[in-house]
Amino acid sequence: MLNRALRQLGVVLGTLLVVSFLVFALNEFAPGDVARKLLGAYATQDQVDRLTVEMGLDRPVLVRYVAYLGDVLTGNLGQSTVYKVPVSQILWDRLANTAMLAAIAFAVIVPVSILLGLLAGMREGSALDRLISLGASFLAAIPEFAMGVILVSIFVVWLGWLPGTAPMTTSGGWSIAAQLVLPVAVVALYDMSYLIAMIRVSMVEVMRQPYIRTAVLKGMTTRQVITRHALRNALIAPFTVIMLQINYLIAGVVVVETVFAYPGFGRMMLEAAMAKDIALVEAGTLVAVTIAMLTQMAGDIGYRAIDPRIRV
Amino acid sequence: MADHPILALEDVAIDYVRRRHTMRAVDGLSFRLNAGEAYGLVGESGCGKSTVALAVMRYLGRGGRIGAGRILFEGSDIATLDDRALRALRGHRLAMVYQDPMSSLNPVMTIGRQLVEVPLLHGSRDRAAAMARARQVLTEVELADPDGVMARYPHQLSGGQQQRVVIAMALMTEPSLLILDEPTTGLDVTVEAAVLDLVDRLRRRHGTAVLFISHNLGAVARLCDRVGVLYAGKLVEEGPVGRIFGNPRHPYTRGLIRSIPTMSGARSNAALAPIPGTLTAAARAARGCSFAERCALAAADCGAGPIALQPEQDAGHLVRCLRPGVEQAVALPPKPARRIGQDLLQVDGLVKLFRVTTGLFRRRTRNVAALTGVTLSVARGETLAIVGESGSGKSTLARIIAGLTTADGGTARFEGRDIAGLTLDRRPADLRRHLKMVFQNPDSTLNPSHSIGFILTRPLRRVRGMTRAQAKAEAERLLDLVNLPRDFMLRRPDELSGGQRQRIAIARALATEPSLIIADEPVSALDVSVQAAVVNLFAELQARTGVGLVFISHDLAMVRHIADRVAVMYRGTLVEYGPVDAIFEPPFHPYTASLMAAAPTLDPAAARHPPAIVAPLPAPVGGCVFVDRCPVRVEACARAAPPLRTARPDHLIACHHDPAQALRPAALSPHHAAAIAATP
Amino acid sequence: MTIQIDAATVAAAQTSRHGFATALRASPAAMIGVAIVAAWAIAALLAPWIAPYPPNQNDLAALADPTPSAAHWLGTDQMGRDMLSRLLWGARTVLAVAPLAVLAAAVLGTALGLWAGYRRGVVDAVLSRICDVILSFPVIILYMLILAKFGSSAINIILVIGVTKAPIIFRIIRGVTLELSQREYVAAARMNGESTLYVMFAEILPNARGPLLIDICLRLGYTTVAIGVLGFLGIGLPPPDPDWGGMVKESYGLITVWPHMALFPCLAISSLVIGFNLIAAGLKEGATNG
Repeated sequence: MLNRALRQLGVVLGTLLVVSFLVFALNEFAPGDVARKLLGAYATQDQVDRLTVEMGLDRPVLVRYVAYLGDVLTGNLGQSTVYKVPVSQILWDRLANTAMLAAIAFAVIVPVSILLGLLAGMREGSALDRLISLGASFLAAIPEFAMGVILVSIFVVWLGWLPGTAPMTTSGGWSIAAQLVLPVAVVALYDMSYLIAMIRVSMVEVMRQPYIRTAVLKGMTTRQVITRHALRNALIAPFTVIMLQINYLIAGVVVVETVFAYPGFGRMMLEAAMAKDIALVEAGTLVAVTIAMLTQMAGDIGYRAIDPRIRV
Repeated sequence: MADHPILALEDVAIDYVRRRHTMRAVDGLSFRLNAGEAYGLVGESGCGKSTVALAVMRYLGRGGRIGAGRILFEGSDIATLDDRALRALRGHRLAMVYQDPMSSLNPVMTIGRQLVEVPLLHGSRDRAAAMARARQVLTEVELADPDGVMARYPHQLSGGQQQRVVIAMALMTEPSLLILDEPTTGLDVTVEAAVLDLVDRLRRRHGTAVLFISHNLGAVARLCDRVGVLYAGKLVEEGPVGRIFGNPRHPYTRGLIRSIPTMSGARSNAALAPIPGTLTAAARAARGCSFAERCALAAADCGAGPIALQPEQDAGHLVRCLRPGVEQAVALPPKPARRIGQDLLQVDGLVKLFRVTTGLFRRRTRNVAALTGVTLSVARGETLAIVGESGSGKSTLARIIAGLTTADGGTARFEGRDIAGLTLDRRPADLRRHLKMVFQNPDSTLNPSHSIGFILTRPLRRVRGMTRAQAKAEAERLLDLVNLPRDFMLRRPDELSGGQRQRIAIARALATEPSLIIADEPVSALDVSVQAAVVNLFAELQARTGVGLVFISHDLAMVRHIADRVAVMYRGTLVEYGPVDAIFEPPFHPYTASLMAAAPTLDPAAARHPPAIVAPLPAPVGGCVFVDRCPVRVEACARAAPPLRTARPDHLIACHHDPAQALRPAALSPHHAAAIAATP
Repeated sequence: MTIQIDAATVAAAQTSRHGFATALRASPAAMIGVAIVAAWAIAALLAPWIAPYPPNQNDLAALADPTPSAAHWLGTDQMGRDMLSRLLWGARTVLAVAPLAVLAAAVLGTALGLWAGYRRGVVDAVLSRICDVILSFPVIILYMLILAKFGSSAINIILVIGVTKAPIIFRIIRGVTLELSQREYVAAARMNGESTLYVMFAEILPNARGPLLIDICLRLGYTTVAIGVLGFLGIGLPPPDPDWGGMVKESYGLITVWPHMALFPCLAISSLVIGFNLIAAGLKEGATNG
């Protein structure tokens, strides 16, 4: 097991290097842009060229990449051109915000999805199953921004119960908690639709297995069959999927952040990409990929640990 | 005692309700089972026997229900029981053993936990007592190291061990009825025999009633006292095992028995007699006899109305027929004469290794031998049978010859060229043309998305370079050759039965005019009565085209019927090799002897020797592969691999002993060791 | 004893040619889905003729009260452009780009999946690893990076979505191929000397139709969402061409005053995606129930 973990760590690092290099090359291939950006549109070509040399931007891409790596490892992530502060200052801040949103959403999504997925899969084709499946597939069809629009129309415009934005300050008169309700709701509703379907399918598969018949013919009640035999087996396959949701919740919620003006990581990345804030884009990408790889690794290790057919 | 049967079915009908129509799977079924009795329910696929098992447990699934009649267990009608009473019965008084033990056990739960659940569900609260009981039962099913087994997970046990665990689980609360639904299908022959003998011992010891459901008549003969034959959901004959199999009175039962090759007695020179036709839906729903459409004795009154089960000759033997016991003059054609010519394939010292990595950093690798130095040959027009169980290497050998994998040593000369190291894409086209394979599984041997016409014409156009028109004509000729109607060209595989698909597979193999066909268990997955038809076809084709045939099988009786030479393999090694007559007469290699003892047979006169149980030694390395199970082993056997000795001209046995002296039946008869064996 | 067919996926793969049409007809849910998708397709096709106004024409007078009225059945947007017309024209964008993107993904994913599943070994290891990386990568970031850098033309969007959705199809096809390449008919074909390409495309692929078709329907739904998201984030097709996501973006600021401007495009997207999902659900049901 240890051997495998080490190999995976190696793959993670390898992938990080490759991806970060690609992003780096993508953005910094035309060095003149950076200098021009910093000096503004009215600088002369001469000034741009001089600054380019000064900043060492005329060196080959690979050399600059290695220097960049060196910077990253010492904690210097550069300067953000959009926010005008060092990258580390804005990056971790925004990441923390998104992490909080993600954590709350995760805490809602996982238990509810498991419960509904299991209930639906338990009795395939039953009324409850159809209801839950239809509901899930309905929710899955509503993109997050559309859900945001709908919920805002109801709860903000019509009922006025909740705020329409979540700037995470109390200056607007709304508590932090109230500000978080709608963003969490939108994220949760969309993600749950996917998870419920996955867990349901796994449960249906399990209930079809012969060992369930064995359990029933031992004389167990339905409740006993499900809690003792079906449950654990049904959750093995979705485990990795659940772990991957963490990854999605960190970087994929840019839409929700945009709808509610939430100062999060995704929104930061979007603005950085649009404004070609290279340092921020690169740093953010590194963080996102690292999180992605780590969650995948955790999912893989965890999966191996809970399934005895692989473990032993 | 006979007045209070444990299980009684009274005129039971079981229906399946679908959206459009209701299908009656079982009709008018009645039989009784007393304590300590073993009753076998036999039939081919689709006869409804598994449905009966599930009905007794009241577990018929969606749409299934008891349409008529009563099922009485220990006097009470199971249909009237409420849920709680039903649960109290299941697993407690009434237990079941299933067909596929691996998937019948929960893969993420230890064996111990699954066993202990049973008594705890039915009134006991004492966990320690339940554990002790589990240990006791595991010992009773002859599994060594019960504590070790209880700590393991299902996938860590072999197929035979898993089935013993399932039996143990069923016996935990000493049920009065044990239902076994095809419990040995998929297990090796020797393992099957051991499991059946175990069940027999257990039921005699505990007085448990046993309902044994199977398509394998030999297995039923081994275990049961009485047998009922099902056809199209109706019981057509019932009686004591010896009587039914020795002197069957119903035309179907006769047909069934006549289509099975026998192990003992003179080797018959007649072809096997399959039952013509198939069971159609119309026949199944017919008011009169469902077998009439396939019966040589059928007359107008057979279809007129329902026929009752009548006692025949005495009360214990019932037959549902208007003309029971009438001899059908079945003129069995003789086996077609074959001419055996030059050697076609010569395998010499073939070796195949698999690398197994173990250890913390996967450093340590071991080479596990799948084949060690196999030598044999096949001539033109000859049938060489390769006999072995799982792990014998027979499939690996077939795959190497076919070109699906390569050997690691030795040679295999086909038409003069060594093919052992050549995979398919490396072989010259004409070599590929001449060597074809027929596979085991009729469900996956034909591409379901292609029409039969395409399947047959493709090789004709590609390999023999025919035009569309030529290919079509030739494909039709091939269909004639395998006795299938020409309009099958337009059909798809899922419209055909298993036997028909295998015939198409044979036609496909013949399309390129091969000189050698390798058939890997070609009939094992087919119904008994259909096996005969396919085997006859092989014989016919060989006589006609002179093709050489390598017939791989675990069915000794079948092998005896069709082979010219036989090679017996065990764990990758050739242990016996020679003409078929020599193989089936002493002297035997000890493994061959155990195979024969284990082979299911209908012949009541055949002496029943339970296979020898011998205390095992650790896995053989370097010595004889059979050393851990051999009743006549000596010290030399563990140290050195035995040489191939000549028992007779042309007949080789791999053993340290001199065959003439040591390998006679007397020496090989049961030899029970004192210790309990970790049986396969 | 006949051997059972294994996974439900492979069972679905064996559905005969007639299976799908009948499965669709058998499932009421699927028929509704077909109706919805067909309705939008017809609307998109006929937009130039049935749209009441040109989509980019500003009716400044209507800004006084942009809510639905006799002149403008669904009202107007924040620049006075007729909502209904813009929705109809927007359908053209979505229904042109989404299928092309899914087609790109399907072609790429299927070809590579077949290859990886059949050849195995190094090819499989490398392709699977790349697929894992792309899948675990937060897709939106990928969109942002590439489209912000290279611009958001229709081609770019099709390519980006195609590449990011291909891994899912790759995984499915690879899984089915791994199963099916063990089938005896594949061995029989090889023994007849058939080439790798023939085996992959003529022997294996026809039997992978089932899961592939079901997944394509699902992908169409997800791609429609993706296009909407891109529009909403501002990296979709450039204005003024109506693009449902972009319409939401432009009108979101006015949601407290004129919610209908953002609501209607959202409903349009959702209805189309529901249509695709229903079709996929109907097909899946038909496949597993045989």
